[in-house]
Order: sequence, then structure tokens, then C-alpha cells
Amino acid sequence: MAEPAQESESHGAEDHGHGHDDHHQESWFIHYCWSTDHKMIAMQYMFTGMAMAIIGGFMAYVFRMQLAFPGIEVPGFGQVSPTEYNSLVTNHGAIMIFWVAMPVLIAAFGNYLIPLMLGCDDMVFPRLNRLSYQIFLISAIVLLGSFFVEGGAFGGAWTAYPPLSSKAEYNMTPLGAPLWVIAVGLEFVAFLLGGINFVTTAMNSRAPGMKMFDIPIVIWMIVIASILFMASVGPLIAGAIMLVFDQTAGTGFFDPDKGGDPVLWQHLFWFFGHPEVYVVLLPAVGIVAEIITVFSRKKLFGYKTVIFTALATGLLSFFVWAHHQFISGIDPRMANVFTVTTVLISVPIAEMMFVYIATLYGGSIRLTTPMLWALSFIFAFIIGGVTGIFLGASGSDIYFHDTYFVLAHFHYTFYPIAILSVFAGVTYWYPKMFGTMLNETLGKIHFWLTFIPYNCIFIPLFMLGLGGQHRRIWSYENFPELARPEYYALREFATISLVIMLLAQFIFIFNFFWSLKSGKKAGANPWKACTLEWTTDQTPPGHGNWKELPTCYRGPYEFSVPGREKDYWPQNEPEPEPEPSAS
Amino acid sequence: MGSLIEKYLVSASTYAADIDGVITLIALIVGFWGILAEVVLLGLIIAFREKKGVKAQYITGEEKHQKAWIAYPHYLVLVFDVMIIVAAVQVWYSVKQDLPAADSTVRIIGQQWAWSFVHPGPDGKLDTDDDIATVDELHVTVNKLYHFKLEARDVMHSFSVPVFRLKQDAIPGRVITGWFEATKTGTYDIQCTEMCGIGHGLMPARIIIETPAEHAAWMAKHDKSLAAVTQ
Repeated sequence: MAEPAQESESHGAEDHGHGHDDHHQESWFIHYCWSTDHKMIAMQYMFTGMAMAIIGGFMAYVFRMQLAFPGIEVPGFGQVSPTEYNSLVTNHGAIMIFWVAMPVLIAAFGNYLIPLMLGCDDMVFPRLNRLSYQIFLISAIVLLGSFFVEGGAFGGAWTAYPPLSSKAEYNMTPLGAPLWVIAVGLEFVAFLLGGINFVTTAMNSRAPGMKMFDIPIVIWMIVIASILFMASVGPLIAGAIMLVFDQTAGTGFFDPDKGGDPVLWQHLFWFFGHPEVYVVLLPAVGIVAEIITVFSRKKLFGYKTVIFTALATGLLSFFVWAHHQFISGIDPRMANVFTVTTVLISVPIAEMMFVYIATLYGGSIRLTTPMLWALSFIFAFIIGGVTGIFLGASGSDIYFHDTYFVLAHFHYTFYPIAILSVFAGVTYWYPKMFGTMLNETLGKIHFWLTFIPYNCIFIPLFMLGLGGQHRRIWSYENFPELARPEYYALREFATISLVIMLLAQFIFIFNFFWSLKSGKKAGANPWKACTLEWTTDQTPPGHGNWKELPTCYRGPYEFSVPGREKDYWPQNEPEPEPEPSAS
Repeated sequence: MGSLIEKYLVSASTYAADIDGVITLIALIVGFWGILAEVVLLGLIIAFREKKGVKAQYITGEEKHQKAWIAYPHYLVLVFDVMIIVAAVQVWYSVKQDLPAADSTVRIIGQQWAWSFVHPGPDGKLDTDDDIATVDELHVTVNKLYHFKLEARDVMHSFSVPVFRLKQDAIPGRVITGWFEATKTGTYDIQCTEMCGIGHGLMPARIIIETPAEHAAWMAKHDKSLAAVTQ
């Protein structure tokens, strides 16, 4: 059992042991590209998401170079025209949210962890799962393909407000704009299929003995996020279809000349767009919960509190969307209602952060690489949370709306979500995924060279936002208030920090591949964690995960239980004696 | 006492100080509590680093006296939330919801990619023959309350004057009315803050705030033939 399984043809042979359906040798194509195994689909999502992250990061590098050094020949790209600048910022945003955060946080971790943490052999709809990834892959290809069509990729911002997005004469990307909407639409279809699978599996395929409140937090969060996504995406899909009709068939849903209303799109977009923030946030805080409990050897402080705050946040998130539209021409009285709901969402979110901080109290904290990423998530997300208050409060949003203050704020929420928590999760589950340990020294160097430059990018951008710098501007040369040399110094500092941060990612890529071959063997449970994914017969788990599916006896975070010699008590370990359990 | 924003940018409207005031209030509240949260976080990380022979404590956080550690901070959050909401709504009401009587009215039109402004001529009324139309230059008189009629010809734009702290989207098919009153003379930036196409970054305009005498002089020398260009 200690022998780590290779990701190779021998994999098919292992299946004979426990009578699974694949009795023939799988071809390379079937194994890697046509698999219905949840772990393989998770890897497909994860690697696609990481490839898209590299593309999205490169885009950020190009437009940040243009902002710091206007007109420069950007190494690896060339001069940036206003058209290119707009399509780069548009697609950087779209890619990082829809093609990085969503696939990695929900689909990759969801697929990998749900069956393993619940103690079952696969998702309940494996073929649906495969289809979900294939549609997702097509959506990514459509999006990237739009850069090579006549007129280039769409450049009307990731929010795609009509009439700019709906009329080619305005956006000048006759093919890029519809392709962009179609790519986003396909991506939503992929995640609808995935969401059905996640919710159904979590409800129906738990190990015997696993009650609802024995489910690890990360699974709860992925399930709540999937429900939020499925409940909020409908209006946007309707809006996207109307938008494609406006673009291609000459309808006028959003065209005032034809009796339509452009602001309608904003309502549909943000009715989805704001819950979407929590769709990606919840899995991220779930990952962080798993990691801080393991590395502080503590039970989560208030397990149920976290679940209830997540439910409250999810519910409230349906009633805050118009805070993106305070100054968009909606009835000004509406802003008062949405200010109240928006500012109140700080209550459950703050409570969740308090729970995490309180969990550290009385712990025995090990600052491993995954723990550093998880703690940095909390640190950065607090900044993201408190700066959001300035934008949710209507009075101050008049000034801050569409400035770099907004941009810096959401990079203190989305960056911890899409980058910090993902690195936390990948470094934490890597030993289970690949059977070897990542190098800790390289991991820590990578962490510090990512986290410090990250703050050096976005703190200057907060300052530029205070100075009134507006977003999506190709060059500030024409704005005397913004072309001041001290502002250029801030922009240059941010850009240089970005370049350092991007270069540091090569350390991670090297560590990732080097450790596959040369890393220390991990064993089944290297972190001494309690949840079921660490109890598989093989590491990495084979097809079917367990020879005999586990039984669950207790909650997921029984660390340092008094009177027990070991400081962790796995969920599948039977009670030693008939004496009643302390928990 | 200078506000947080004034360290970066002068203020030049009657309501700029109110908006800056809300921003400063929020900065003080969330600054204090945010920094406290970070300090507690870092403090706990340092205080509870792994020590040989010391086992972690077993705390469920489900008991009443434990829950208090979360409950009291969370009541505090609620109290401060209410303070912030009250302050924000008050300012919002006076800037956006309330419309004080105007001394004069200007029309502002956003289009790909320029701002057009229509000023009332010497008769002080809009939509008469002596209107003065300009491109990328808005002339107003200091200490005079203006209404603006904001329109968009093609796509959405957003009219922003950072020194006023003012921002309002322009929507095709609608005329949105708002107001401002300048308190300082000088020339300042007008921005378009809504993505409006490939020229979005190339749509700067200027607001020129003049004394009544300067404004009259500008009006007198203004070449009326320009008006025909953008009518």
C-alpha cells in the first residue's frame, strides 16, 4: 500500500483488484482526455485553469508595463495600442474570474475533494462530469480564439455593458464581442452541469455514519457555492442570449432607439455578478478552514457558525447587486436600500474571519507552506473586506466608483481567493494528488516572493485611487491631475513589483515538476489530518479511491482531543471502547 | 483638518467636504478595527507557535462563554455599520437625491470620444439662439449652483469631476439631471469613467471655473460659429 501509484498504464491494471469497470488497458487518450474519474477531471480543470492563469498574468504584465511606461515596446509583446489595451484588461478580468477562479476553486477542488472527503468512489454523474469539462475546454478555446479573428478580441470591459457590447459599430470587434459572450455562456453551462453533480453527490454519497455536520467545511462551502451559482446564473444566461441577439440578429433588448434599456443588462449582470463573488469566495474560505485546523492542531472554533455565516452571506448576496450601479442612473432612492444590505453583509463575513482568527488561539501552529498561504489569505482578505465598506456606502462610492480604489479593493478579495487560497490548496493536497512532498524551502521562497510583491502592487494602486485615477485608461498623459511624476513613480513601483511576482511563479512551476519525480514520498497522511481523503489505500488514490469504502465516526476536526495520545483522530477510526465519546 | 482625499486632490465643490467626511469617517472606523484584527491575527500566530511538549487546546467554540468571543465583536460590527450607513445615506441624499434650485443649467453630452457642453448664453437660458457650445471645455462660474442635463449619444459614458467628487453615468436615451456648485476657481480634469470603446482613454476634458467677470469675458469673446459644429 505504501507504493505510490504511477500516473501510467499500470493504473488500469490496479483496477482489477477491486472489480471496477475498466478491465481493459486504457489508451493514453482515454486515460487523460476521456476519463470519467473525478480525480482526472479535477486535474484537467486544474491544469487548464493554471494555463489560463499564466495567460491572464501575462496580460496583466503587458498592460501594467504600458501604464508605468506609456508607449514602451513591451518585451514579449511590442507596443500596446488602445484597442489592444482594452481587450487585454477586458480579458484579464474575464479569464481570472471565469477561467481561473471558477475552474480551479469549484471544479478542480470540488471534483477532487468531494468524493475523497465524503468517502465514496466517484461523483454520482461521472459522464456529466466529463461533459462539463469538455464544454469548459471549448469555452476556453472560443475565448482565446477570439484574439485571432478579424477585429480582435472584445474590449468593452468584463462587465460588457451595452450598447458598447451590443453594437459592432461602437465596439469595433464584430466577431470578438459575440464570441466573448458565447464563451462566457458555454462556461456557465459547464458549471451548471458541475454544480448539479456537486450538490447531488454531497447529498447522496456520504460515507455511512457521516452526518451533515460531519462534512468538512470545504465541501459545505463548495456545495453552498454551487447552489448560489445555479440560483443566480439564470438571469445572466437570459441576458447573454438577449445580448447575442442584439449583436447578431439586430434585436433591441438593450437598445434605447428600439425601445430597449441598456441598464437592464446591468441588473441582470450584477444579479449574477455579486453572488459570483461569494461563489468563488466560499470554496476559498473552505480550503483555508481545512488548512488552519490541521496546522494549528485545533478544532475549528465554531464549526456550525462558519456554515451559518456562509448561508447568511450567500442569502444576503442576492440583495446587494445594485451597489455596482449607485451612479448608473438608477433611481437614487434605491441606493439607500442597497447601501444597507451591502454594509450589513460585513456582519457574517466579519464573523467568519473572527472564527478563523479565534481558531488559532491555543493552537500549536506549524508554519508550513500551505499554512503560510492560508494565513496570508486571512491577512489579505481582511484588507479587502474593510476597503469594500467605502464602496458599499453610497456616499463615498460617488467618489470611488470606477477608480483604482475599486480595482485595488477587489484585488484584495479576488487575489486571495484565486491565488493565495489556490496555492494553499495545491500545496496542501499535492502529496495526496501526486504522492510526493513539495520542497518546503522552495515553497517558502515562492510564498514570500509572491506575497510581498503582491502587496507592493496593490497598495500603490489604492493610493492612486484616492487621487481619483479612473480605470481602463490606456494612458494618463492626457489628464494633468494624473500625469504627475509622483503618480508615475507609484505606477512604476506597482509594475516592477508585478514583474517580480510573476517571475517568482517559475519557482513554483519548477518545484511542482521537480517534486513529482524527486520529492520525498508522502505516505497516506503526511500532515496528520483527520478527514477521509487521507485514509485512501493508495497515495495517490487509485480508481475507486478505496478497496473498501470508509465508515465515518466523528466530525472532521478532532485534533488534540484530551486524553488521547495522538493529537489527531481520523474520521474513520472506530471508537476504541464502548465508553461514550466526549464530543 | 484636511481630509484623507485632500492630501491627494483639492476639493472644489460645496459637497466635496461631505463626501470626504464620509470617507474619513469610514477610514477611521475600518482603519482602527482592521488594523486591530490584523494585529490579533499576527499576535496569535506568534504566541501559539508550536512548542515542544505543549499540546494544542481542545476548544469547540460551540459553548456559550466561547461564543461570546465572536458575538461581542460582531455586535460591534453592527453598531459601526449603522453609523456608516447613516452617514453615507445622509451624504448621498444631499448630493444625488435632493436637487436644490439652480442658478443656471448646462447640457453635457458624451459621445465616442469627446464631451460636448452647451452653456446658456448671455440670456442665461438654455435652448435659445445664444447658447454657447464647446467641445472638451466646460466653463462655469464659481459659487453658482448649476444643474446639468447629462446625455449620451451612442454608448454609456460617465461624467466625473474628481475635484468636485462628482460622478454620474450618462445613458443613451435618457437625460439625467444632477447638480454641482463650484467653490474654487481654476482649471481641473473631467474624466469619462465608464468604458466607452477604444478611445475611452483618449476622452479627457477640462472644467474651467471662473469668477463672474471672467465668465462674462469668455462669453463675450466666444466665437458663435463654433456653436454650429456641435449643436
